[in-house]
Amino acid sequence: MRWGVIVFPGSCDDYDVYYCLKDVLGQKVEFIWHKDKLKGAWDCLVLPGGFSYGDYLRPGAMARFSPVMQGVIEFAGKGGLVLGICNGFQILCEAGLLPGALIKNASLKFICRQVFLSLEEDQTPFTCLAKKGELLRLPVKNGEGCYYTDASTLERLRKNRQILLRYVDSKGKTSPSANPNGSVDHIAGVCNEGRNVFGLMPHPEHAAEKILGGEDGLKIFSSVMASCNTEGKKA
Amino acid sequence: MIRSNEKEPSQPSLSPEVIASHGLTEEEYQKILGVLGREPNFTELGIFSVMWSEHCSYKSSKSLLKQLPTRGPAVLQGPGENAGIVDIGDGLAAVFKMESHNHPSFIEPYQGAATGVGGILRDVFTMGARPIASLNSLRFGSFDDARTTYLVNGVVGGIGGYGNCMGVPTVGGEVFFDESYNANILVNAFTLGVAKKRRIFKGRAKGVGNPLVYVGAKTGRDGIHGATMASEAFSEETEKKRPTVQVGDPFTEKLLLEACLKVMEGDSLVGIQDMGAAGLTSSATEMASRGGTGVEIDLSSVPLRETGMNPYEILLSESQERMLLVVKKGREEEVKRICSRWDLDAVVIGKVTRNQLFRALFEGAEVACIPIEALTSEAPVYNRPAERPKDQDEVQTLDLSKIDEPEDVGSALKRLLASPNIASKEWIYRQYDYIVRTNTVLAPGSDAAVIRVKGSRKGLALTVDGNGRYCYLDPYIGGVLAVSEAARNLACVGARPLGLSDCLNFGNPERPNVMWQFTQIIQGMRDGCMALKVPVVSGNVSFYNETNGVSIYPTPTVAMVGTLPKVERHMTPWFKSAGDLVVLLGRTREELGGSEYLKVFHGLVKGTPPWIDLKLERAVQRCCMRAIDKRVIRSAHDVSDGGLAVALVECCVVAPEGALGVKIELHEMMRVDALLFGESQSRIIVSVEEKSLNSLKEIAEKEGAPMQVIGIVGGSRFEIRPMVQLPVEDLKTIWAGALEKQLT
Repeated sequence: MRWGVIVFPGSCDDYDVYYCLKDVLGQKVEFIWHKDKLKGAWDCLVLPGGFSYGDYLRPGAMARFSPVMQGVIEFAGKGGLVLGICNGFQILCEAGLLPGALIKNASLKFICRQVFLSLEEDQTPFTCLAKKGELLRLPVKNGEGCYYTDASTLERLRKNRQILLRYVDSKGKTSPSANPNGSVDHIAGVCNEGRNVFGLMPHPEHAAEKILGGEDGLKIFSSVMASCNTEGKKA
Repeated sequence: MIRSNEKEPSQPSLSPEVIASHGLTEEEYQKILGVLGREPNFTELGIFSVMWSEHCSYKSSKSLLKQLPTRGPAVLQGPGENAGIVDIGDGLAAVFKMESHNHPSFIEPYQGAATGVGGILRDVFTMGARPIASLNSLRFGSFDDARTTYLVNGVVGGIGGYGNCMGVPTVGGEVFFDESYNANILVNAFTLGVAKKRRIFKGRAKGVGNPLVYVGAKTGRDGIHGATMASEAFSEETEKKRPTVQVGDPFTEKLLLEACLKVMEGDSLVGIQDMGAAGLTSSATEMASRGGTGVEIDLSSVPLRETGMNPYEILLSESQERMLLVVKKGREEEVKRICSRWDLDAVVIGKVTRNQLFRALFEGAEVACIPIEALTSEAPVYNRPAERPKDQDEVQTLDLSKIDEPEDVGSALKRLLASPNIASKEWIYRQYDYIVRTNTVLAPGSDAAVIRVKGSRKGLALTVDGNGRYCYLDPYIGGVLAVSEAARNLACVGARPLGLSDCLNFGNPERPNVMWQFTQIIQGMRDGCMALKVPVVSGNVSFYNETNGVSIYPTPTVAMVGTLPKVERHMTPWFKSAGDLVVLLGRTREELGGSEYLKVFHGLVKGTPPWIDLKLERAVQRCCMRAIDKRVIRSAHDVSDGGLAVALVECCVVAPEGALGVKIELHEMMRVDALLFGESQSRIIVSVEEKSLNSLKEIAEKEGAPMQVIGIVGGSRFEIRPMVQLPVEDLKTIWAGALEKQLT
């Protein structure tokens, strides 16, 4: 399969996702420059973390107008897999590919720390290798990672089972202290109704090697690989 | 012809007041007349004032800094360039430097600290290295001072705001609070980058006729005379200096970083230097000086952010995120093309000349013409008088017999753990992205940070240390201790030192007592460096950390870099399993001078700092490193501020998997406070499986390091028999939460 990592001006974790996919997982992966039109065949596009356009105005608010985004929206519309991590999640929300918004952390400060996450749904291309309720340990690092949405949207997200990750403690229970940013309903990641676009604040690419503290993030990338292979076989 | 002041009515005349307001003395002005052979115009006076400022010229420290050892087998570039460089093998080089941004950070903490980080990052990538790790060393006043909380929030926010946005992890640092820094905080920022040994770039203007290309942000009126401001003491007027602090734009710097590294992949670049202190003037002059050439700049072509800027302002602006490149003639378009991909200005603003002159033109007329040498090698050098303070003997007097020992040792320990100088610094470092670039093997909160070097099996260890109280009590010993503690921290993770960068933060060098401290500390650092075989490869000096006549404690900070041959063999500070034996390497002496305990419980900064024997220090460090190499020990942690009891608590509580208890028995006959809270040097706590104890004994004997088994890991209590018996979770809660409580 073929992965594309989109590079916006100010992307910081672009190289980290690339390294994780290529060097850790042995995948075919290429960078895609934000000023270029999206061309060619891709299996999964990753919008990486960082500070696109310096987060000036609002995280993701300017990056969504980058020339490449038109192609990303079309790609997603045709059912292509799109993964947005941290700033990538913010861009996907700004672009309307995912519901809700990411606002300033409740502490009003940037937070870098390990969190535990409960994997809430296993029937998606991003989580198919995990078991529902499984705990993942991943790092978060953001200043505006507090997921917010109005009550009716939240209700819809629950009903459609679009909430894929929630912040929990080491025992799997939600609590204010386990939630690093005060997000609504302890949400850490959501997908769209079509289940082919997934955004999350924690960084799976930073939990991909034992020597750096854990490998739980691989579950997400491996799920994408597994689901693409199955798709390929079906076709 | 030079425009004289008479012909240019917009240029103020050079009255004694104007000269003094530029921070130049009467003798210095006479020297300017001498080297120029005429009167300078106003613009030229501005140029001299920044280039001859303490900050740029090192006029008070230059002659003394020569004593520091700067050579070693791994050194590729010592002091004098934008950053120092050491060879780390595999065709790779580590490029690093630490720099102070003290004055601006006190005036405007967020922007001051942010631009400090921005400046040091540029110093490193200007040499062709991608920055992969940053550290910082901070000093704040006491929390009794209302401004401290505001300053801490601003500085930490600024460091994170800039470094995080750049995608460079902040992997470690240190912070210390003492009222000595109430009116002069210290912000020392360090960055390390990795470059291919064959692809290192220097700040040299070579090749007559080669164009000077300006790349990056536009020039504004911010930061004019920042270098001069940083070369003066503070007074009530300080608040008015806010406009001399630059404003950072990390997004533009991120673009600049990527564009510069891209340009460096080709072969069009001759030399490159960032525009830092003293802006365009200093980078152009220094590059010409190193290249043995001259430069001619057309100020009318400099990209400007504001209208109506005059030559004086353009030359002295310290606007951030700007670089000056010397490019091979005819290759300008290549550079412009790369920069435009990143939406950056790239403009030819001048050329390299043969005549060794700094020449600036504006709207067709010459506005400055000064020999390069006059601004660099002919800048004043002072051998300022040094004198031991009259009260130094009194400061060093400490009669322990008049100091009561604590009645309840357990509650004394708890109180010490809650001191901001001892407590966990997580509240600070969790505001920094310390994992981006996926290299961070050992995160902040350990003796030293460990990062891996992609493309090799190696690891790099980084630490920064320096204790101003020790230096105040005995500057010579303080200098030795700063170097030896940094090396000990590296030893605790299993790394051998390659080199160090330092920031020397002092008061007003025109005071003989301050110069005495400076002289002593340089000697101490020299002896420490020689004994432990660590060269100084870069650094800076920050004088005039003084307010209303009161100086800070003399505070050298030492950032040391070491290597581990195999990164996965690095050691961690926390106890691993119940049943492991706890061993103390080194010896505890009955001493309390300069300790955090003495300050917290008795309000005293007195006595002599801990005694040091460099031979013993070396033996303990080598024993620890060898035991790590041979996989004999399971944890290693340096004993420092707060002494043995605090270090033991840290070994129990910092484990990511959760706290472990310990039972300790000590048999030394001495005061209990000195035994538990004294800060004797050259001590490392290690833990070892019982079956490996003999191997450790053999290593210790061979290296000549004293060792004794002092306890056993296990249980849920922290016990030092017979006087302390506390639930380890309680201690963890106090230690982990104290700083946050102070700050929120």
